[in-house]
Amino acid sequence: MFKRLNDVDEPTVTVTIEERPLSVPASDTVAAAMLAAGLTTTRTTPISEAHRGPYCMIGACFECLVEIDGMANQQACQTLVRDGMNVKVQKGLRDIES
Amino acid sequence: MKTRYDLIIIGAGPAGMAAAVEAGKSGLSVIVLGDQWSPGGQVYRAIERAHPERLKTLGPDYRNGQYLATQFRKTDVEYLSGATVWQVEPDGIVNFMLEDKARQIKGKQIFIATGARERPVPIPGWTLPGVMAATAADVLLKSHGIVPSGSTVLAGSGPLLFLTAARLIDYGVAVDAVLDTTPLSNYVSALPALPKALLAYEYLLKGLGMKRQIRQNGTPIYRNVKDLEAQGSTAVETVRFSSNGKHRVLKADTLLLHNGVVPDTQISQLLECKHVWYDTQRYWQPIVDNWGNSSKDGIRVIGDAAGISGAKAAEASGHLAALDAACGLNVISRKERDLRAAPFAKTRSREKSIRPFLDRLFRPAPDLLVPKNDKTIVCRCEEVTVGQIREALELGALGPNQLKTQTRCGMGMCQARMCGLTVSEIIADYRKEDISSIGYLRIRPPIKPITVEQLSELELVD
Repeated sequence: MFKRLNDVDEPTVTVTIEERPLSVPASDTVAAAMLAAGLTTTRTTPISEAHRGPYCMIGACFECLVEIDGMANQQACQTLVRDGMNVKVQKGLRDIES
Repeated sequence: MKTRYDLIIIGAGPAGMAAAVEAGKSGLSVIVLGDQWSPGGQVYRAIERAHPERLKTLGPDYRNGQYLATQFRKTDVEYLSGATVWQVEPDGIVNFMLEDKARQIKGKQIFIATGARERPVPIPGWTLPGVMAATAADVLLKSHGIVPSGSTVLAGSGPLLFLTAARLIDYGVAVDAVLDTTPLSNYVSALPALPKALLAYEYLLKGLGMKRQIRQNGTPIYRNVKDLEAQGSTAVETVRFSSNGKHRVLKADTLLLHNGVVPDTQISQLLECKHVWYDTQRYWQPIVDNWGNSSKDGIRVIGDAAGISGAKAAEASGHLAALDAACGLNVISRKERDLRAAPFAKTRSREKSIRPFLDRLFRPAPDLLVPKNDKTIVCRCEEVTVGQIREALELGALGPNQLKTQTRCGMGMCQARMCGLTVSEIIADYRKEDISSIGYLRIRPPIKPITVEQLSELELVD
């Protein structure tokens, strides 16, 4: 569980995460936006379908892989939010089409 | 962006920025590739847009980065943010991704300034959501003003563990406990290095101050912690451990793990620069001279990527390497190089004086290097456990690379960043051999993912 300090005024954008429209600071990464919204799981694994969430937040661990605008295997901690972005938790093995 | 430069600097942390500033002064053509959206590295992350209030609370160690970042921006060098390097070739060619496009440039010299990353902390349950590296909390705070809420526990060892706890407390986070895994015997083995450490006494005072702050906040610090384990179904719920032999269970919504940082050797290993095992802190570091020259011509490694010495030493090493590069490219004389280098060499040597003490005091606990519990996941990507690795070793796997083909350990998307060190430790322990003879997994390109389509559109410089 995480919370925002809300100590700095920032412009916001609207993104959809797991079908939920959210207004978040434009400086957020997808991972930051998800954690602040109470979503700790970013993917389930291809092998055992275990839940995983962001671990390192610096692009090294590849645990925070999500589906962004239909494209799978995107690192949520290395991707800044964009207005209108659609983010989904990546479930199991990625679809070959996406 | 051009296709050719005197220097290509990979990384925009203290070492990379300082090298760029110094090289810029000498008039070299320089490009800096940073994978974040602004300069600073991990230590000065988001320094340019930090709110005054946050600068104040995060203290002078963070504020120091402001001056360097300002100097860096004023310098006539190219800086690409959001550039992810996926291949570096020994002849000076650097391949990277920028805005979803693969690009290639060539440098007379390459500066690897990729800094440090967290040592893996393989405990049962460390893959559960809510279990994160302590650095992750630092990123969330500095870049996003986000802090843990609910029950928060920190566990492990090293200065950053206590620094993270102290900062979270500054921001009103109810830190429930700090679990210190530092072996008690370390206090004895670190003692002979204390006199030298007094040369940089401010770090010792800072460390003591952080512990005092944590205690004054009413946060218990459990010492001599072993048998650390995270439990939960779809996220962490509790953390189990023993402290001085007594077993305990704490509720945890967030468990922050830290067991020191290690050089990010992904690129120097990829280039097959010579590395040496640093036994005190249990990591590999590239062999470099005082000017950052590696065993490969034209390849330098600066800052923490060459061995952990901290931000100020990293900054000094960036200056030193850039001065030597300017001398090598016949832009400045040897005499001028030495004259300008002197103050930076002095700073670096002073900064390094604390290291033998810190490195011995925070030497990682053996059972966190080689997990005892067979069910512990080592390779997070491919879900390979300690038990599976030991099985493969019993079947005759000789080294990390054979183990990789047998178990898929280290084959996932993180490219062994999260398991490589643990794999070598387990093999060395099983075979009762010196780890330096076991070696490390061979690092192959691409070191960051790239699609076939992106690769096919790459324009070559030659």
